[in-house]
Amino acid sequence: MSQDINITVIDREGTEHDFAVPVDMNLNLMEVCKGYDLQVAGICGGMAMCASCQVYILTEEHFGERNDDEQAMLDEAYHVEENSRLGCQIPITADLDGLNVKIAPEEL
Amino acid sequence: MIKTDIIIIGAGPVGLFTVFEAGLMKLRCHLIDVIPQPGGQLCEIYPKKPIYDIPGYPSVLAGELVDKLMEQAAPFKPGFTLGERADIIEKQTDGSFIVTTSKGTQHQALVVMIAGGLGSFEPRKPLISNIGDFEEKGVRYIVKDPDQFEGKDMVISGGGDSALDWAIYFAEKGSFVHLVHRSDRFRAHKDSVSRAQELASAGKMKLHTFAEVKELNGDQELRSVVIHTKLSKNTVYTDLWFPLFGLSPKIGPIGDWGLEIEKNAIVVDTYDYQTNRPGIFAIGDVNTYAGKLKLILCGFHEATLAVQTAYKIINPEKKFTLKYTTVQGVQGF
Repeated sequence: MSQDINITVIDREGTEHDFAVPVDMNLNLMEVCKGYDLQVAGICGGMAMCASCQVYILTEEHFGERNDDEQAMLDEAYHVEENSRLGCQIPITADLDGLNVKIAPEEL
Repeated sequence: MIKTDIIIIGAGPVGLFTVFEAGLMKLRCHLIDVIPQPGGQLCEIYPKKPIYDIPGYPSVLAGELVDKLMEQAAPFKPGFTLGERADIIEKQTDGSFIVTTSKGTQHQALVVMIAGGLGSFEPRKPLISNIGDFEEKGVRYIVKDPDQFEGKDMVISGGGDSALDWAIYFAEKGSFVHLVHRSDRFRAHKDSVSRAQELASAGKMKLHTFAEVKELNGDQELRSVVIHTKLSKNTVYTDLWFPLFGLSPKIGPIGDWGLEIEKNAIVVDTYDYQTNRPGIFAIGDVNTYAGKLKLILCGFHEATLAVQTAYKIINPEKKFTLKYTTVQGVQGF
């Protein structure tokens, strides 16, 4: 029996959304945001080939590490900050309990 | 005025396969796409990524799948209006539709199939305040009709496949290319990166890494760009800059066509994927219905069913009987 973790997502209007997310469904953060209709486009479907799911990690301990594809994409994206990550490259795992993220501004 | 049986908006995989299915029923198609080449997001976003869920292909690169679909559609001689966005649709008294593009090209048909995927791809524009002054006057977000730029010196920005592929293309055609990228890691395929490095060593290209074009200068036309790095600013005199940072889809003008839209997708009837406006269908990623899955293979199925009703609209007096290609073969136009 796996447990849900609690995460908080701040949308582009500044509204906070708290979700209990299961860890055993092979979800990533982009999919969670899309699932809750949080204006995350996820255009490329999760291949780290667009930056439409960029988020800022507000809880430092959950930053993890950018992978190579993700880093390369962020090198070309806009509004990139030190704490930027692509939601699609963040699998939902138990150690992310308490994660707090803000969705980056939309490009264009 | 281009006249055809079916106007297909979007030349991605589903639009291309529609040509084949319509062709089997002796219906002619004309495709309109804002991107200058066919393939949609497969060519624009992930041409070198493998796809594993196309029946019969354990693995196929997205770009190769598009080549195969083009080959499959070829006997039915589809027409193409590329690099133009379908902007306006007008219903005529005879029941046909006229679709007019951003460049004013007009198309007429009894049936319109919207296979627009994620929407109309608009370029991701660099955040430079006066960039608008030089659009089409030296700054180009999309490479269209590359012949006209062959041999000209230019600046290309970006680190993805599009930027690298075009930089290599033009360098091999005798242009001197400045390739500017914000990092030293490239998102493009590694073969393209090695080729670019070879061309740079051969003096046909200059790679500017950890660099970014931040200023544009000119009068009526672009005259120079300023490339910033952490420590320096370098002016490159050029009248051609391609910022190739990819394209981002917007639903665009189709959103104003009086179609029922739900969550940025067009609502259809799953009987034949027709929209709330008879004669206008929506197939592939652009549509939505209960149980919708955004998969290429589902789009193929939708296209096949949609052309059955299209046939009845175009040939109200005739009855069509399904014939298998194994029996009939493929009789092109």
